[in-house]
Amino acid sequence: MKYSPSRWLPFEEGIRVIQEEMEDLLRRQSEQDVDLSAEITALQDRLEAEKRKIASELTPWRKVLVARHPNRPYTLDYIAHIFDDFVELHGDRRYGNDQSLVGGPAMLGDYSVMVIGHQKGRTTKERQERNFGSSNPEAYRKAQRLLEMAERLGMPVISLIDTPAAQCLFDAEARGISEAIAATQLLMGGLRVPIVVVVTGEGGSGGAIAIGVGDVVMMLEHAIYSVIPPEGFAAILYKNAAPEQVQQAAALLRLTAQDALELGVIDEIIPEPLGGAHHDGIGMAATLKQAIVRRLEPLLALPVDELVDQRYAKFRAMGKWEVRRG
Amino acid sequence: MATERDWRARVPDGMWVKCENPRCAQLLYSKELDRNLRVCSHCDHHFRLSARQRIAITLDPDSFVETDTELMTVNPLNMEGYEAKLKRHRARTSEMEAAVVGTGAILGHPVTIGVTNPFFTVGSMGSVVGEKLARCVERARDQRCPCILISGSGAGARMEEGILSLMQMAKTAAAIGRLRQAGQLCVTILTNPTMAGVYASWASLGDIIIAEPRAMIGFAGQRVVKGTKSDLGADAQSSEFQHEHGMIDRIVPRLEMRGFLESLIRMTYAAPLRKGASVEV
Repeated sequence: MKYSPSRWLPFEEGIRVIQEEMEDLLRRQSEQDVDLSAEITALQDRLEAEKRKIASELTPWRKVLVARHPNRPYTLDYIAHIFDDFVELHGDRRYGNDQSLVGGPAMLGDYSVMVIGHQKGRTTKERQERNFGSSNPEAYRKAQRLLEMAERLGMPVISLIDTPAAQCLFDAEARGISEAIAATQLLMGGLRVPIVVVVTGEGGSGGAIAIGVGDVVMMLEHAIYSVIPPEGFAAILYKNAAPEQVQQAAALLRLTAQDALELGVIDEIIPEPLGGAHHDGIGMAATLKQAIVRRLEPLLALPVDELVDQRYAKFRAMGKWEVRRG
Repeated sequence: MATERDWRARVPDGMWVKCENPRCAQLLYSKELDRNLRVCSHCDHHFRLSARQRIAITLDPDSFVETDTELMTVNPLNMEGYEAKLKRHRARTSEMEAAVVGTGAILGHPVTIGVTNPFFTVGSMGSVVGEKLARCVERARDQRCPCILISGSGAGARMEEGILSLMQMAKTAAAIGRLRQAGQLCVTILTNPTMAGVYASWASLGDIIIAEPRAMIGFAGQRVVKGTKSDLGADAQSSEFQHEHGMIDRIVPRLEMRGFLESLIRMTYAAPLRKGASVEV
């Protein structure tokens, strides 16, 4: 996977220091022809211990930062490492080709599947082209077209979510962003093929649930799924929210994968490599592939009517309330 | 933003009330305003209506039977202040939640109806609101009748219930999908305000979408958009803008709404395929 120069999160200073020491040792070893393997092994142990420590101290806000990390694998990275073949299809056949969401047929082992997913960019240019993963209506209408095609051809759908939020500016409004999000959910709710959904990074409100209706919904260990970004929530709670208040808002929203599992919104948490997927994208892709295959195969065995009824019942049951007696 | 409390404060019985529209601000006799379905006779400003006022002007008299009142909101995220907020809104509105749903009739034709109340947490959709609306849609499917959904939701998904509120979008959308499969009509009426998670789910999914004039209708709230670099433009989130861009079938003034609904039900449920139906030529 091609990544931008690594960026260290504020709480990853310990890892940065150890990795620099490691690079130094490796350089000395090769330049001076000395055996430093004992030191290197010791340093590797320290690195692992440090990553373990950081992983155990990931607050909800830190998870927000990890979920947004630019070295975290994006949909096209996962596609490259999970599927044996992939043909990206473009355009919504109505207005445009929104590159903040990619999709097309792919081979998952012997299975033909349809993959859709948000796509962020890494370089400045690519980020702009992909609108930082914020989708305009055309993105969701492209998704609809691919979903309908998948249904006609009997291909299961894999949907990967990673968006800060749907686009909300003038053009999005003029072309019906709300309708696009609503109609995509309706379509997925009744689609007559299996759908596996994974929140891989940011599950940003309407932009996320738009492609988030599936038979199985999973989240990566440090992904987030939220009704509103913590910054937005803080802005509503407090005027001119301070950074600590944004961090607090992130905790109040219960936006981690662990929260989502507890609240009955997802079926499974997929563990990330130590320290987070941004430290080992290829390892992450391998784990994700296993989870997708394990979840997809039982769905393929279900009669279609049962599959669709189960999916409906699953989302019908979401939410918490009490029943007043008498 | 008008709350039920200021609304009441401004409308003592039999007294005068100032038009909410600041550019009008005419003094209106409150009984006359009520007779005019709370539309200003000077500037045509449509005052916000509570869910029950809305039901009263939409259905045949005395036909409404409320359902699903047993569903009680909880505080699933243990969000500080949520229970107090609910208590406050319950006291102000005498309602338990932001949605009122049930069955009734229009021109004697049975319908199910679900309405969100702009005076209760600005009509935001949490678990109970989503569940009530989904049941309302399912009831139309089971009883094979049209479903009328009226939105007065300016706050979209209810933040205090976090991700559970977001899931209500998928739930209501899926329910309407099943109503469509069952071949029943869904009409959504968008009133001031209709925003965010509500507009991006059931409110946008009517077979026929109607709006009241000059209602605020759009995706992201101004407060959210203001935080971003670009501005939305003042008029992009209105009935008129959404209609102009093909998102809404008709803008119908409140005083004509009931008649328009009657026509729709009559024309879509006249059973053209019924045996013995004929056309005179």
